[in-house]
Amino acid sequence: MTKKKAATPTPEANKAVDALYGIAEQVYEELDGGQIPKMKIPLRTKANIRFDTKHSVWKYGSLMGVRSAKKLKGALMLLRTMHVLEFIRDMIRENKSSTLREMYYISEGWDIAKFHAQEESNFLAEDLEVITQLLREDFKLRPEESGASVIGNVTLEEITRNGERKRINCRDDVGDAGYTIPYNVEKEKVKFIEADAKFVLAIETGGMFDRLVENGFDEDAKCVLVHLKGQPSRSTRRLLKRLNEEMKLQVATFTDGDPWSFRIHASVAYGAIKTAHISEYLATPTAEFVGITASDILNYELPTDALTPRDVGALNAEMTDPRFKDEFWKNEIQTMLQINKKAEQQALAKYGLDYVTDTYLPEKLGPLGLM
Amino acid sequence: MPSTSIAEELAKKQREISVSEFFERNKQILGYDSPTKALLTVVKEGVDNSLDAAADADTLPDIFVEVRKVDKDEFLVIVEDNGPGIVRKEVPNVFGRLLYGSRFHSRRQSRGQQGLGISGAVMYGQVTTGKATKITSKVEEEDVAYQVELIVDTKKNMPSKVREDRVVYERTHGTRIEIPLRGRYVGGKQSIPEYLKATAIVNPHARITYRSPEGESTVFERATEDLPPKTKEIPPHPHGIELGTLMQMMKETKSYKLGAFLEEEFVRVSSRVAKEICEAAALDPEVKPKSLGLEQANALHEAMQSVKLMAPPTDCLSPIGERLIKKGLKNVLGSLRPEFYAPPLTRDPAVYAGNPFQVEVGIVYGGDLPPDQPVEALRFANRVPLIYQAGGCALTQAVANVDWRRYGLEQRGGQGLPFGPAIVLVHICSTKIPYTSEAKEAVATVDEIMTELDLALKECGRRLKTHLTKKAHRAKTREKFDIVQLILPRIAEKSAKIVNKKVPTLDATITKIMGVVWIDEAIAYDKKQKRHTVTINVHNFTSAGKKLNLHLLLPRGMEAKSFDPKPAEVRDDGKITWELKRVDSVAKSSITFVLDGLDEAEYDESDVYVSGINPGLVIGAEPLPGDWELNYADFEAEEAPTPEAEEEGEIDYDEAEEALEDD
Repeated sequence: MTKKKAATPTPEANKAVDALYGIAEQVYEELDGGQIPKMKIPLRTKANIRFDTKHSVWKYGSLMGVRSAKKLKGALMLLRTMHVLEFIRDMIRENKSSTLREMYYISEGWDIAKFHAQEESNFLAEDLEVITQLLREDFKLRPEESGASVIGNVTLEEITRNGERKRINCRDDVGDAGYTIPYNVEKEKVKFIEADAKFVLAIETGGMFDRLVENGFDEDAKCVLVHLKGQPSRSTRRLLKRLNEEMKLQVATFTDGDPWSFRIHASVAYGAIKTAHISEYLATPTAEFVGITASDILNYELPTDALTPRDVGALNAEMTDPRFKDEFWKNEIQTMLQINKKAEQQALAKYGLDYVTDTYLPEKLGPLGLM
Repeated sequence: MPSTSIAEELAKKQREISVSEFFERNKQILGYDSPTKALLTVVKEGVDNSLDAAADADTLPDIFVEVRKVDKDEFLVIVEDNGPGIVRKEVPNVFGRLLYGSRFHSRRQSRGQQGLGISGAVMYGQVTTGKATKITSKVEEEDVAYQVELIVDTKKNMPSKVREDRVVYERTHGTRIEIPLRGRYVGGKQSIPEYLKATAIVNPHARITYRSPEGESTVFERATEDLPPKTKEIPPHPHGIELGTLMQMMKETKSYKLGAFLEEEFVRVSSRVAKEICEAAALDPEVKPKSLGLEQANALHEAMQSVKLMAPPTDCLSPIGERLIKKGLKNVLGSLRPEFYAPPLTRDPAVYAGNPFQVEVGIVYGGDLPPDQPVEALRFANRVPLIYQAGGCALTQAVANVDWRRYGLEQRGGQGLPFGPAIVLVHICSTKIPYTSEAKEAVATVDEIMTELDLALKECGRRLKTHLTKKAHRAKTREKFDIVQLILPRIAEKSAKIVNKKVPTLDATITKIMGVVWIDEAIAYDKKQKRHTVTINVHNFTSAGKKLNLHLLLPRGMEAKSFDPKPAEVRDDGKITWELKRVDSVAKSSITFVLDGLDEAEYDESDVYVSGINPGLVIGAEPLPGDWELNYADFEAEEAPTPEAEEEGEIDYDEAEEALEDD
C-alpha cells in the first residue's frame, strides 16, 4: 500500500469513481424497476477482434455479450462486480492501492462472491477497464509481479520509491540479471535518456537470455536484450512499445518453436485478445519474429518433442485466429501440425553454445537488416 | 419333474460306478466342474439347506458362513443356521444319503436343488479330500447337540458314520455343517461374497454373516422381520406336463380310472374336460392308468396339450414383492449411497406352457456406482442368485433387448447391456423355471417370459427416466433458487449501498427469473413413533396468483392421515386430491400429512401431479395422467411459461470465454 496522502481527489480519481458509480446505478435501477439486472460488455474472444488500421493493432470489434443475473454464473459475476466496485471506491477514497493478488485475497471475506482463482479476479478487473475505458491503474489496482529484465546500452531515469530521480544505464549499472522493469513504466515513472543500439531482442526464456548475455551478444550485435519471462506482462510490452516508438528501435522476438510461443509474438506485435481494449498502448506492430519456426525445426534439424493434444488444440485454434491469417503463419502452423513436433530455442545448443550467436541469429537478423 | 428325475437317474447309476467317476462324468450338471465353482456350489448347497430349514420352521434365518483355508487348495466350508435342528436319527440320512427327503414331487415354487443337494456336497468333499463331514445339530427339546462325522457309502447310498458324540451347543436349536473340500477361492462377480450379497438382497428376512479365508467378517443384516409367505403346492397343469413325468405319475397314482386320475391329479381339469381329453386321445376314461403303454401315454399327452383349458392358478407363486425388493436392495447396497431406487415392479402372474410364472424388476441408480461401466444385472430364479452363464440367460438378454437410451442410460446402438451407474435386478419365480441346462445356471428364452420381462424392464426404466427428468429440471431450477435467494438480495444490498439508496424490492425480478411454480416434498421421521411427517410445499414464483389442484399417489399399500389442509378426495388406492386455495405471487402454500408404522427407509417420495394449471409452469410435479379418472385436467388459458432465457441474438458473456493464454 502506498503512503497516505492528503485526500484531495485527482481528476482521474473522480472519473473512476463516477464510472464505477454508473455501473452500480444501472444495476440498482434495473432491480428497482423489477427487471433482471444485466451488463453489456464487448466480447473478449478471438471472434471479436478487428484490425485497427489507425494503430495497426488488433482491437475489440462490435460484438457485445450480456452478463445477466438470469444465469448463476452471470449473477455471481454481477455480485462480485458490486463487491469490487465498493472495494475500489473505498481505496480511492482512502488513497490506497492494492495488487490484483491482494484483491483476490480480500475477496475471501466476500462469502459466496469470493473468487476461486486469481484469473477470475484479474478478468473482472479487465472487464471494468473494458466497460469504463479506464485503466486498472485508475482503479488503484496493479499487478503484483515485477516485470522482466533488460540488458543493453540504454540509459533511463526512474523515479524511485523515495521520489528521487535515478539514472540507470542498463548495461553498466546493473548485474548479470539486468534492469528489472517496474510495473509502471509510464513517463511519470520511467524516462528514456538515450540508447546506443540498433534493435531490441525480446527473448522468451531465461536460459536463452543468460546464454546471449554470457556470449556478449548485446555488445556484439549492438542490441538491447529483454527477457519476456514467458507470456510478457503489460509493463514489459509497454516498455517494448516505448523503446520502439520513442527510441526508434526495431523489436524482434526470439522464442521457442511451439504454439504458445507464437502467441507470445502475437501479443507483442499484434495485441493480446485479453487486452485488446488497450492494444494501441501495448502492441508493437513492427516487431519481427525471429523465434524457432516449424521450418527451422526442419532446416536446422533441431532436437524436438512431440506435440501434446493441448499443443495441437492450440495450433488449431490459431488457424482460426485472425491475427495469424497471413501466409507466413498459416504455413508455419500447418507445417508444425504436419511434422507434429515442437522445439525449444535452447535446442540450438545441439551445434554448440556459440551456434545461436554465431550462426542462427545472424542468419535470422541479417535479412531484416539488423545485423 | 424332469430335472429331478434325471437326478434320480444319476443317483441310481452311481451305485454301479465309483464316486469320483460319477462326479467326473456329471460335473457339469452337479456344479462341480471346476475347483472355483465347486467351492461356491458347496456354500450354495449349505445356504439353501439352511434357508429351507428356517422356512420350514417359520423362523427368521440367521446364517453363518465361513470359508477356512486349510491347505494350498483345501478348504473347510462351515455353514451354521438357527433352524429347528434335526433329530438325531435323521441327521445321517439327511446328510449322508443322496436325494433323501428332498422336494422331488412337490409342485410348488422351491429353491430348486442344484444337482444332489447337501449330501452331494458331502460326497464331493470326501472324494476330493478323503475326509468326513462333521455335522452338529440340536433340537430344542434336547439339552445337548448331536455331533457326527460321516461319509456317504456310495455302494449302498447310505451314510457311514466315522464318529459320533454328544456335545454342548450354544444355540437352543440349529445345525452346523463343516465340509472339507479341494477348491479354489476367487474374488470378483462370481465370488462367494457376491453370491451371499445377492442372496441377502432377495432374502431380506435373513441375517447372513460371512467370514472369509482372510478372517474378515461381513454381516448382511436383515431388513425385515416379516417372513416370506409360504408357497402353496398345486397339482400340475396339463399344458406344462412332460411325457416322462406323466408316465411316472400314471405309474404311481392311486386312481383306478384314467378320467379320475386326470381330474384329481391335475388342475383345471373338470370331469367334462377329462372326458374331452380321453376322447381326443381315443382312450376309455374307465381304463386303469397303470395299464397304459408308451404309445397310449403319448396319445394322452398330445390330447392334453390340445384341449382348451383355464390357465393354472397363480397363487402358488411367491414373488419377493415390490416393498421387499426395495428394502433388500437398500439394505445391501446402501453403502454405495445410490441416489435413486426406482420403485420395483412385480408383474401380475402369467403362464407359459401350463406353468405359472411371475417376473420382478428393480433398478438402483447413481451414488458410488461406476458411471462408465456396463450396468450390473443381478439375476435370480426362485430367490436363488444365478451366478454363471450370464450371456446365455434370458434374464440378461431381456435387459440387453431394451433400448435404454430412452430411459436415460447410455447404450451403443440401442442394444446390449447399457452403460451407466446402475444395477438392474431381475427375478423370475415359477413352479418350473425353464433352465437352459440341467446345471440350472441360466434361464431359457421362452416367448411369454421374454414379453413379461420386457414389459417389466420398460416400466421400471420409465420410473428411472421420470426421476432423471425431475432431477434435471430441479437442478436447473435449483440454480435459479440460488440466484434469487442467495445472490440477488446481495446484489440489491450492495448496489443500494454504493448508490446510497434504499434496498429495492425484488419480487418482480424474482418472478421474472424463476417464472415457475415449484413443488417440493420434505420428510421428517420420528424413530420412536415410527412416523413420517410429509410436507409438500407449493412456491409460486410467477408474477400472478395461481390456483391449482394437487394430486398425490402414495406408494402401494401405504395409508396417510392427519391431513392439513383436508383433501378434496382420498381414495383407497392411495390417490389423494387437494383443491388448493389461490397462492399469491411469491407466496408459498403447504400440505402436510403423516404416515405411521413404516421404517425410515420405506418412504422416500410420492408421485405428485397437478391439474388446473399449465403444467409447463410447474417444476417438481407431473401433469395429471389420463388414467387418474378425474376431470381435473382442464385449466384456464393463462400465461405461457416464460420463454427460455436469451433474447434474440444475445450472447452470454460468461459462457463466451475461451482459453486465451495470452496475458
